Amino acid sequence: MLKDGKPGRWRMLLQAPAVVALSLWMLVPLALTIYFSFMRYNLLNPEARGFARLENYQFLWGDPAFLPALRNTLVLIGSVLAITVGLGTLLAVLYERRFFGRNAAALLLIAPFFVMPTVSALVWKNMILHPVYGLLALAFAKLGLAPIDWFGTYPMLSLVIILSWEWLPFAFLILFTSLKSLDAEQKEAAQIDGANPAQFFFHITVPHLRRAMSVVVMIETIFLLSIFAEIYTTTSGGPGTATTNLAYLVYSLGLQQFDVGIASAGGILAVVLANVAAFFLVRILAGGLKGGH
Amino acid sequence: MRSTLSLAAVTLAAGCLLASPAGAAEPAGITIAAVNNPAMIELKKLSTKFEAGNPNIKLNWVVVEENVLRQRVTTDISTGSGQFDLVFLGQYEAPIFAKNGWLREMNGIPASYDLEDVFQSLRDGLSYEGKLYALPFYGESSMLMYRKDLFAAKGLTMPDQPTCEDVRKFAAALTDKSAGIYGITLRGKPGWGENMAYLSTLVNTFGGCWFDLQWKPQIDSAEWRNAISWYVDLMRNYGPPGATANGFNENLTLFASGKAAMWIDSTYGAGPLYDRKESQVADKVAFASAPVAVTSSGSHWLWSWSFAIPKAAKSPEAAEKFALWATSKEYVRMVAADTGWATVPPGSRKSTYDNAEYLQAAPFASVTLKAMQTADPLKPSMKPVPYQGIQFVGIPAFQSFGTVVGQSIAGALAGQMTVDQALKAGQAAATRAMQQAGYLK
Repeated sequence: MLKDGKPGRWRMLLQAPAVVALSLWMLVPLALTIYFSFMRYNLLNPEARGFARLENYQFLWGDPAFLPALRNTLVLIGSVLAITVGLGTLLAVLYERRFFGRNAAALLLIAPFFVMPTVSALVWKNMILHPVYGLLALAFAKLGLAPIDWFGTYPMLSLVIILSWEWLPFAFLILFTSLKSLDAEQKEAAQIDGANPAQFFFHITVPHLRRAMSVVVMIETIFLLSIFAEIYTTTSGGPGTATTNLAYLVYSLGLQQFDVGIASAGGILAVVLANVAAFFLVRILAGGLKGGH
Repeated sequence: MRSTLSLAAVTLAAGCLLASPAGAAEPAGITIAAVNNPAMIELKKLSTKFEAGNPNIKLNWVVVEENVLRQRVTTDISTGSGQFDLVFLGQYEAPIFAKNGWLREMNGIPASYDLEDVFQSLRDGLSYEGKLYALPFYGESSMLMYRKDLFAAKGLTMPDQPTCEDVRKFAAALTDKSAGIYGITLRGKPGWGENMAYLSTLVNTFGGCWFDLQWKPQIDSAEWRNAISWYVDLMRNYGPPGATANGFNENLTLFASGKAAMWIDSTYGAGPLYDRKESQVADKVAFASAPVAVTSSGSHWLWSWSFAIPKAAKSPEAAEKFALWATSKEYVRMVAADTGWATVPPGSRKSTYDNAEYLQAAPFASVTLKAMQTADPLKPSMKPVPYQGIQFVGIPAFQSFGTVVGQSIAGALAGQMTVDQALKAGQAAATRAMQQAGYLK
């Protein structure tokens, strides 16, 4: 039983090292990034150093590709979230009933998550979507249709397909696990009341999964905001700026020319964007968390 | 028992004290940063002979892919961290690093090394204010590779120096999409070292340049429009689909699997095309000089992966010794004895091209030699320009806006915007970058 006074102080002292370490871990890089974003600091140009005020920020958001990059980031995140959560829920419900080979099928379904992003991107680019060598081109040719140049004509769609394929296993895993905790008595009660499968899905399954869905959405958003590897290996920002997201824009304007100032300014802008997105997401999903189970 | 134990303890302590004199007996370790292409991997293999002959030098290799290498070397050298003793770099980095005082000058080269044997054009590109800062390991330029069997079947002959109009006519005659043969394949993947490497030479040969003497970008000029329109029309009509994803490796695969009749790219691509295990066209490929339009200035590029020693290197003498060994005539003979004359480091020494055995083993040698000798990085365009570099502009900011321009042109190639829109976007990007970097007010 802890009271104020000596035991309370001891508790704080013992927790202090961990708290201090974590704070430094977070604050020092953040402070340095903010500092560099206001400096003119190009590794290859040692003569041009000094305080740059808002020049780096102006260079970034004055870039004609900045707003398209912002829009692409949001479109990318929104599409992948919609596909993975939607399809993940349906697959979780599907896998709930026992069928022959369910364990093997689950293993195959989860496998894409463990493939390295660059490897998945290259496999999709060169073996599946390629208009000369790809599997889809072969299928189209057999049907007598002209093959589609996926990355040239539908770059954003191709990217969304690759990312959904990579992240679907993650969403499925969390939703499937959450589904297992659905009360068996509730199921029976619903059956007795004469609920048909659609009603059961929308009124019982989905509300039950809301908490798990919010976890999936939060984690996927954090990772999808900084997607880079897939874009770099497939489209290099897309024809024009069709698949340039904020992370890729920072790379192409700052990191490629080793300009620490511009890259830091881009990093801070990305932090601001992430916080705005998180704020809205938490508000939308908070309803499901409060007064939950 | 006790005395034996204490005697053993004393002996052990004495042994430890005697066994560690600093310096003299320990070998100097040098860390080398290299690219993971076949010539370097062969060098790593043969470097054990160097270690055998120099027991006081130990080599530590860091072999990575080109983009990773560039990033790590640039970060190491610009921050002076001294992680590497010997790095690979090319004509782009050497003058910039030398100007900032980050590289050790390559002096103290013995007469037996025969520095004059190394191509002058390469040495010019690796020097700053007349002093040499890197030693070329192998050099490359660009040329036209074509299928002599397809040309013969249609009764066409490729001249030694084709024009861009010739290339367009040949591509039109040779394209047979139903049979899966495309008249020509060119780089389309966006990047300053990818599509822009080729397109810079195309713009040069159409009489254009990147910047005028006041550093004003020239991307919306008539020469750029002519060059890029030629490229986009050619590729959209006679090129393979998905061209915006094709860089050097993808085009090599396309040509080696017999799907393209012509390919303009690095002279280094000729070697793999002769490897029967990797290429289906080994006995059907022939070579010509890169096509010209208005001028031959800057019509083919110049690059050499070269050894340089950072100022902060910990063992610079050992590093220079290895660099001289690896770029010597003796090393070329060593590779010939190991894997054959066709695989020796190309394009760096004139003596390689005087060797009859090499000329016989490598049919691409004469075109490569001509290209290496006529490429001039100090005069890349027929117009006077303030920069050096044929397929790049030798300033740090180029890595960024060069790629952005490449992205816009890839957009035009994919049909997402017109050539004029792409050039306007490129001009805006370059202007902003030059203002940011302080070249323009």
